[in-house]
Amino acid sequence: MSDLLQFVFSGLTVGAIYALVGIGFALIYNASHVINFAQGEFVMIGGMATVALIDMGIPMLPAALVAIAIAALVGVALEKLAIEPARNAGVVTLIIITIGASILVRGVVEVILGKQFHRLPSFSGDQPILVGGATLHPQSLWIVGALIVLVIGLKTFFDRHPFGKAILATAHNRLAAQLVGIEVKTVLVASFAMSAAFGAIGGILTAPLTLTQYDVGVMLGVKGFCAAILGGLGSPFGAVLGGLIVGLAEALAAGYISSAYKDVVAFVLILLVLFFMPSGLFGTKGTERV
Amino acid sequence: MGQGTLGRWGGLIALIVIVAALPLILPNKFYYDIAIKTGLNALVCVGLNLLIGYAGQISLGHAAFFALGGYASAVLTTRYEWNGFLALGVGAVITGILAYVVARPILRLKGHYLAMATLAFGIIVSLVLNREIWLTGGPDGVTVPALRLGDMRLRSPETWYWITGGALVVVTWAALNLIHSPAGRAIRALHGSEVAAETLGIDVARTKTMVFVLSAVIAAVAGSLFAHAERFITPNEAGFLRSVELVTMVVLGGMASTFGAIVGAALLTVLPQVLAGFDDFKHIVLGAILVCTMIFMPKGLVPSLGTLIRRGRR
Amino acid sequence: MTSLEVAGLTKSFGGVTAVDDVTFAITPGHVHSIIGPNGAGKTTLFNLVAGLYVPTSGRVVLAGQDVTDLPPWRRAAQGLGRTFQNLQIFFNMSAIENVMAGRHLRARTGFLGSLFALPSAWADNREARDHAAALMARVGLGAYIDADADAMPYGALKRLEIARALAADPTLLMLDEPAAGLNPTETHEIDRLIQSIAADGITVVLVEHDMKLVMGISDHIIVLDHGRLLAQGTPAEVARDPAVIAAYLGGDPA
Repeated sequence: MSDLLQFVFSGLTVGAIYALVGIGFALIYNASHVINFAQGEFVMIGGMATVALIDMGIPMLPAALVAIAIAALVGVALEKLAIEPARNAGVVTLIIITIGASILVRGVVEVILGKQFHRLPSFSGDQPILVGGATLHPQSLWIVGALIVLVIGLKTFFDRHPFGKAILATAHNRLAAQLVGIEVKTVLVASFAMSAAFGAIGGILTAPLTLTQYDVGVMLGVKGFCAAILGGLGSPFGAVLGGLIVGLAEALAAGYISSAYKDVVAFVLILLVLFFMPSGLFGTKGTERV
Repeated sequence: MGQGTLGRWGGLIALIVIVAALPLILPNKFYYDIAIKTGLNALVCVGLNLLIGYAGQISLGHAAFFALGGYASAVLTTRYEWNGFLALGVGAVITGILAYVVARPILRLKGHYLAMATLAFGIIVSLVLNREIWLTGGPDGVTVPALRLGDMRLRSPETWYWITGGALVVVTWAALNLIHSPAGRAIRALHGSEVAAETLGIDVARTKTMVFVLSAVIAAVAGSLFAHAERFITPNEAGFLRSVELVTMVVLGGMASTFGAIVGAALLTVLPQVLAGFDDFKHIVLGAILVCTMIFMPKGLVPSLGTLIRRGRR
Repeated sequence: MTSLEVAGLTKSFGGVTAVDDVTFAITPGHVHSIIGPNGAGKTTLFNLVAGLYVPTSGRVVLAGQDVTDLPPWRRAAQGLGRTFQNLQIFFNMSAIENVMAGRHLRARTGFLGSLFALPSAWADNREARDHAAALMARVGLGAYIDADADAMPYGALKRLEIARALAADPTLLMLDEPAAGLNPTETHEIDRLIQSIAADGITVVLVEHDMKLVMGISDHIIVLDHGRLLAQGTPAEVARDPAVIAAYLGGDPA
């Protein structure tokens, strides 16, 4: 029983990170109908930039904030330099562009910061907490707590703030949003920035536990995509649920089946969702008009 | 698109001439090795281009098929001491069957979903190759014996150059035949408008599957040749980065252009060797090429140059 | 034997019933038109007959064969051809290759045969090209034989799509708004083209908004409104029908 609890704890912890990446996918998809294959790199930038800044002598909290800002800037740059010029290009073109951008970002970080793994200090120490026979690392509480705060914040933003509503409107119907005076370009830029910020926060939160390195973005990106489609591509909150499910599935599979194949779980899930349930749990189905 | 007969067969003749004449200027084994790797990449890209450029699909997991062919050859000749040619054939068949099984559900997807599904498939294959150490030797890879033809062991770089060059010429010839045939027009119709293709009697699902399987089998054969030429194979050959490299070659050289795919493969295999210290910057260059090509030259090098030349003539 | 019969054909999308219990028969060798206000369900009906949509209920019978469960590519083999309201030209091919693609059902060489350049592939190509060139000349596109599809004007592309559909030797040709976006001269050319197609014995069914074209060219008209069959008959009968006048002809410009 305590084994199961252990797996649940680790599953929810890693699932929360996937959720943050997945929210990012959903936000960008809603604003631009682009699936951003570079999403995972924002997580990587969060962790790596914080490490680099701390190495330069900057204390943890300001370093983290600056790292988040850097990630947001990269997100905006991605939108302006790579997505916008290809606005009307075909889907395949856009996919290749975001893949290219992700490789480019990864390459830059590799050159500047090298190939090694780096670690961030845990936010409140490494003393494990005993809960029901299982151990819980305090960082997990930070991660899940941050997810809850961010989700509540996002919901409030969408429900109450006029710009939040503008983002929702653009997601539903871009043309109509433009016609009522919503500055769609701003929505686009803001969505990329927010999406990057969310990812970066995830990267900073998880670096104490899972370490960070120039290459961590790929796997995280794909698993975050799994979270997003499981939840239904247009739904940031669905992505949260999707992320937790993916995290739990991974942890349970690693615990009960084989830890060597832990990574395969997410990829098999992607195939299953795409084959049998492409609109996910909360997404909307559409039909093509000819 | 509208390529004249002269352009088509002229290109093939040029390829034959280049393959035949290149050894005259290759100074040593190192250069032969680059030429062989180029030829094998070009082989995969010709097949991949049929899928991406002509049929308008996308595959971010094609390296998996290359690796499967390579590993089939490696494992069958090493552990079970099969004849190399037999192993190559069996590898191609097994990969073809796997591609067929995967194709039906995957090719119902389009655009981003298809890209992600092929990506997931490719990574699953590379993870399995990494983990099943008892079969594949795991991340350390497998040493592959030389290919045997009767009593001869095919080992020398020159031999492998001719094998690779020959295979490339044959596959290019076959690809050109296919493209300029009714089956080829059916394939290109998929890219133009699947809906319209259906109303002309084209079985869209079956056509997509056939192109997918064909490109997978070509990749597997190239992988088998690679295993014997290099006498070594690792799971990296199935990795996501390898798949992206292959797509970059096709995209850079020219989608819907067989010779473009060959040029793209040549550029991206030779360039890293030529630029010293390239390895550190590999990711930056690869990423930049992808982004810039798709924004400024979405048709790729060869078709874009072709258009420029045609405009210059008028 | 009728060219086409639909019986009780119904299609609902979520809460919207686009086509509601429609039944009619198309006799061979004439020009039939389907008209109705916007949203009447004309294109949905077309897509149902073509096989692009699966009906919620009802049957589609083509030349005596029940094709309701057949996918579109199988219906093409039964002699059904179609053009589209929004052009579905293969812009990645040249004009003549578009029409050659229409010859798909005639090709004898399969995938493998094409790879290895069997002589039959060469013969297929020759036949397809000759046939396509003749068709393009027939629809008035002789000047565009060597052109790329993406270099052609809209009116020419409409005719190219018709040529492509004809390349499959259809017995029943469905034209979805062939005159949409065309000026009066071009519309007149389409009019004559349709008549010459019908004169060759091909049954033509059109969906059109251009009333002048429809009234002039049709032997038989079917009127849809809100997904239901409102009336059918000769142009004169339909023009006199009070229900039709009320629903549609009243203020609609040609």
